Amino acid sequence: MTRRLVVVTAGLTVPSSTRLLAEQLAEAVTAQVTARGEGLEVEVIEVRELAAELASYMTSGGIPTPALVRVREQVSSADGLVAVTPVFNAGYSGLFKMFFDALDPDALTGMPVLIGATAGTARHQLVLDHAMRPLFAYLRAAVVPTAVFAATEDFGSHGLSDRIARAAAELAAALLAQDGYAVGGFAPDLAARPRRTAGTAVDEDVTPFADLLHGHAGTD
Amino acid sequence: MQFGVFSVGDVTIDPTTGRAPSEAERIESMTRIALKAEEVGLDVFATGEHHNPPFVVSSPTTHLGYIAAKTERLLLSTSTTLITTNDPVKIAEDYAFLQHLSGGRVDLMMGRGNTGPVYPWFGKDIRDGIKLAVENYHLLRTLWREPVVNWQGRFRTPLQGYTSTPAPLDGTPPFVWHGSIRSTEIAEQAAYYGDGFFHNHIFWNSEHTEQMVRLYRRRFEHYGHGAADQAIVGLGGQVFMADTEAEAKRFFRPYFDNAPVYGHGPSLEDFSTMTPLTVGTPEQVIERTLGFADYAGDYQRQLFLVDHAGLPTEVVLEQLEILGREVVPVLRAEFERRRPAHVPSDPPTHASLVAAGPDSPHHLVEPARASLVEEGVTRPSRDRARA
Repeated sequence: MTRRLVVVTAGLTVPSSTRLLAEQLAEAVTAQVTARGEGLEVEVIEVRELAAELASYMTSGGIPTPALVRVREQVSSADGLVAVTPVFNAGYSGLFKMFFDALDPDALTGMPVLIGATAGTARHQLVLDHAMRPLFAYLRAAVVPTAVFAATEDFGSHGLSDRIARAAAELAAALLAQDGYAVGGFAPDLAARPRRTAGTAVDEDVTPFADLLHGHAGTD
Repeated sequence: MQFGVFSVGDVTIDPTTGRAPSEAERIESMTRIALKAEEVGLDVFATGEHHNPPFVVSSPTTHLGYIAAKTERLLLSTSTTLITTNDPVKIAEDYAFLQHLSGGRVDLMMGRGNTGPVYPWFGKDIRDGIKLAVENYHLLRTLWREPVVNWQGRFRTPLQGYTSTPAPLDGTPPFVWHGSIRSTEIAEQAAYYGDGFFHNHIFWNSEHTEQMVRLYRRRFEHYGHGAADQAIVGLGGQVFMADTEAEAKRFFRPYFDNAPVYGHGPSLEDFSTMTPLTVGTPEQVIERTLGFADYAGDYQRQLFLVDHAGLPTEVVLEQLEILGREVVPVLRAEFERRRPAHVPSDPPTHASLVAAGPDSPHHLVEPARASLVEEGVTRPSRDRARA
C-alpha cells in the first residue's frame, strides 16, 4: 500500500532554503517508509503559488477558488504532512498562516505532521515549539516530537541531517501506525477514527429536524 | 416563476464620486427601486434587515407598508427577517398586519444574521443562532396557526393564553422561506415544514449552492411534502448590464473593486467565474441565469441584487428597466419551456394558499409530522412529550 505525504512549504524565493529543508525532510521520510517495505508518494505544495488565491479567499468572505478546493482536498486526504515555514519577525510567515487559516478546522484532525522552519540565525529556533506546535495542536494534528530547525549555518552540518533522520523516522512510524487503527476493540474507538474533512463539500449527514426541535417546541 | 430584486440596504460611498447618500436618500432610493420593480413588471421586492451601520433597514414592515400603499401588484418580502434577535411574537404581529395592509402581498425569508455584536443588543448570543432560529420560528408558526397559545421555551418569556393580533389575513399565514448560505440545519428546517429554501448564491461557488439545494430537496421529499423536484427553491443573482460587455465592465469595475464584502480582493473576472456575478449584456445575463436551473433544478423565485456598492440610484433604476423589459420576459418564457408539468412554477402565494383551503397542510404547525405519523415513522410531539 502506498501512502501519500503532502509537503507544504512557504518559502518565498527561488531557490529557497525553506524548500530545500522541505525536500530533505520529504526524502528522509520516503527513505524511512520504503525501508519498512512500504511505498510513499510525495506531493509538494508551494504556498507562494497560492498567494493570490489565498488573498482572494480571505477578502471574499471565504469563497474558495477552484485551486484552493483542490489543495484542501489534497491536504485532508493525505496520510501525513510536512509543513515548513521561514521565520519572519519571530514567527511563521503570514503566508504560511494564511494557508492553514484557509483549511477546514477539521482538515488535519489526527494527521501525523512534521514541522520545520528556516531562518538566518539559530536564535529563532523556538518558533517551532512556541508558534508552530500550538498552531497544529489547535488543529488537532498529531505533531511528531522532533521538529527541525535549519539556520543558514546548519545546512551541510551533521547535526541537521541527524535531526532530519530522527524526525523522519518519527513521522514514518506515525504514518504507518495509522493502519493499526483498523484493529478495533469491542466498542468503536472514536479516537482511532478521527473526523477529518476538507470542508469542501456540504455534509449530507444532516441532523434530523426532530432532534433540532427537541426542547424548543414550546410544549415539552 | 417569480422575479424580483433584493436589497441589503447598505449606505455605501460611491467610489467614483467619494460621496455617500444620506440615510434619507438611501431609504428614498430603496422605495424608488421597489416602485420601479413593479413598474417594469417584476414580481418581488425584498428588503434586508440590519440593526447596525452602515445599514438603514432596521424597520422592514414600516418600509414595506409604505411601499404596499404605493403599489398594486408587487409582492413584498424580506431578505432576511432576523428570526434570532427579533421577538417572534412581534414578527407574528407585524407581518400579519402587513398582510392586511397589502391585501396578502407578503411573504418572508427567515435568516439568522451573522454579526456577533448585534445579538447582545437584543439579549441574545450568536452561538445560540441555530437554536434561536429553530425555537423562534416554531413559535412564530404556532402564533399564526393557533388561536390561543400556551408556550414555554428557552429564549423568551412564557406565553399563557396569548392570542396574536391581527390574525393572519383570511386565516392564512404568509408563505415563509428560509435563507442560509452554509448551515445545513436551516435547509433541514425549511424541508421539515415544507417551506421554501432560498440560497443567497451570490457569495459562494455554484457547486456549494447545488449541494445545499439538493440537500433541501431530498429532505423536502423525505418529510412528505412532494417530490424533491417540487420543493420550493429561490436563488439570488447579481448582475450589471450595458449594451456591450466591455461597457458594462468599464462602468461597474470601480464599484466592484471597492464593494463591501468582496472589494479589494478577487478581480471582477475571477469573481464572475467563482460566483454567479454577471457583468455584461442582457443576453449574457439571460444565458447565465438560465444555467442556474441546470444545477439547482427548476426553481420558483429569482431575486437579483442590483443596488449595492454605492451605485447611483439612477443607474440602478436603469438596470431595473433592462431587467424588466429585456431580461425577465425571456427568462419567464425559457424557464417555463424547460419546466416539467409537475414542478410548480410559482411559490405559494396568498391567493393559492387561501384557495387550498383551511384543511391544507399549510395550516398545520408541523405538516411533516402528520405525514410521518401516517407512515408510522413517529408519533405526534404532544404524545411524545407526555410519554
